[in-house]
Amino acid sequence: MNSVTEAAGQALALVVAADPKLVDIVLLSLRISLSAVSIGCVIGLPLGAAIAVNEFRGRRMLIVILNGLMGLPSVVVGLVVYLLLSRAGPLGSWGILFTPTAMVIAQAILITPTLAALSRQVVGDAWQEYREQLRSLGESRLGAAPTLLWDLRFSLVTIVLAGFGRAASEVGAVMIVGGNIDGVTRVMTTTIALETSKGDLPLALGLGFILLFIVLALNAGAYVVKETAQRRYG
Amino acid sequence: MRAPLSLLPLCLDNVVFEVGQRRIVDGISMRLDAGPRTVILGPNGAGKSVLLRLCHGLLLPTAGRIAWNSPEVAGGPRRQAMVFQRPVLLRRSALGNVTYALKLAGVPFGQRGARALEALRKVGLEGVAGRPARVLSGGEQQRLALARVWALHPEVLFLDEPTASLDPGATHEIEKVILALHAAGTKIVMVTHNLGQAHRLGDEILFLHQGRLVERAPADRFLKHPASSEAAKFLEGELPW
Repeated sequence: MNSVTEAAGQALALVVAADPKLVDIVLLSLRISLSAVSIGCVIGLPLGAAIAVNEFRGRRMLIVILNGLMGLPSVVVGLVVYLLLSRAGPLGSWGILFTPTAMVIAQAILITPTLAALSRQVVGDAWQEYREQLRSLGESRLGAAPTLLWDLRFSLVTIVLAGFGRAASEVGAVMIVGGNIDGVTRVMTTTIALETSKGDLPLALGLGFILLFIVLALNAGAYVVKETAQRRYG
Repeated sequence: MRAPLSLLPLCLDNVVFEVGQRRIVDGISMRLDAGPRTVILGPNGAGKSVLLRLCHGLLLPTAGRIAWNSPEVAGGPRRQAMVFQRPVLLRRSALGNVTYALKLAGVPFGQRGARALEALRKVGLEGVAGRPARVLSGGEQQRLALARVWALHPEVLFLDEPTASLDPGATHEIEKVILALHAAGTKIVMVTHNLGQAHRLGDEILFLHQGRLVERAPADRFLKHPASSEAAKFLEGELPW
């Protein structure tokens, strides 16, 4: 118990002093996860909206698959991306294995299905309410998807955050495709895993605090945005 | 450039709409001409709203034919519009809701703002043009739905109990706008439960009962001397004044 409180104290000191090593790791983590979320949004949200408002063969199957992919194990994603990007793999010539780019790709693959499945749900529910009115005004199904995405923008904030939370907190995929190289591909989660096994609890705990804080702060911010917007826009 | 042919008359030929084994609209044949304000009356479950949606193209008949004199071009701007019991407004400003409809109608970007403002003025909402549409009062929201319609200058306007959830003051405002739209040349086809409203707005009444068109008559005559026993019963049970 004593060593834990001691470690926690040292961890807080690291955070307060803005230890340069710690800051680098936090910034790299944010850069990678935010890039992955951006890619996930660009692909996942329109995909979800398109599935919500269109009827086509195999739609149910696609929805089941997307929902299933929300539980995609991150180590499996890591392994597949690793095989694709490894020197002998089909994309080996890109030479990006063990770089932050590979980590962005892995996280984007991990969260895109989540963003698509959740936005499909939200847009689909709204579509029930809007369908007659939009069709009456002459909106096409193709045009309805972006209209609904924009109209539901405040609800989608929560979905995007869920995606960010998953990306920022996963460890398996970035560990495999990034390699946890000090100063290059070492992010918060991989550092926590490594330092814990090495016994350097202060750094691990300090990063844990920061990771928790970032996720909590983002969620609180999103909550406030959503509440304010809903009061203003109804 | 020649003006396009009128949408009207609208002809229904033995139109049937079934859901499962239930016939909601049961063989309606009729013709709607430009001009008179048509009010559709009938008890709950008579098929009034479904008939309106069939005419507007939101539902397809399971049998029979619905034919416009000069149909709308698929994918082109709509020449008919509909106002629902509860308007669906987008999370944008009141003005934004109208310009959105104008965009769908193919109105060039530069003209949308002025036309939308003009429509808001027509329904008395120019003062709240910048307010978010969804926080307006119920009556204002329905007037905004009418402004959205007005901006489009439809040839035909279907209304599905547009004042069902409004208080008398707001109802009066809505009725004024409907009359003004009619005066501007739009054919009005309205479903209502309110006999007073049918009296005020209707030139002719279509009376539906169990999916069938039982009676069609000028409003005055229908409300005073209904010809069918179903209509007589309906009027007796519902007579609010």
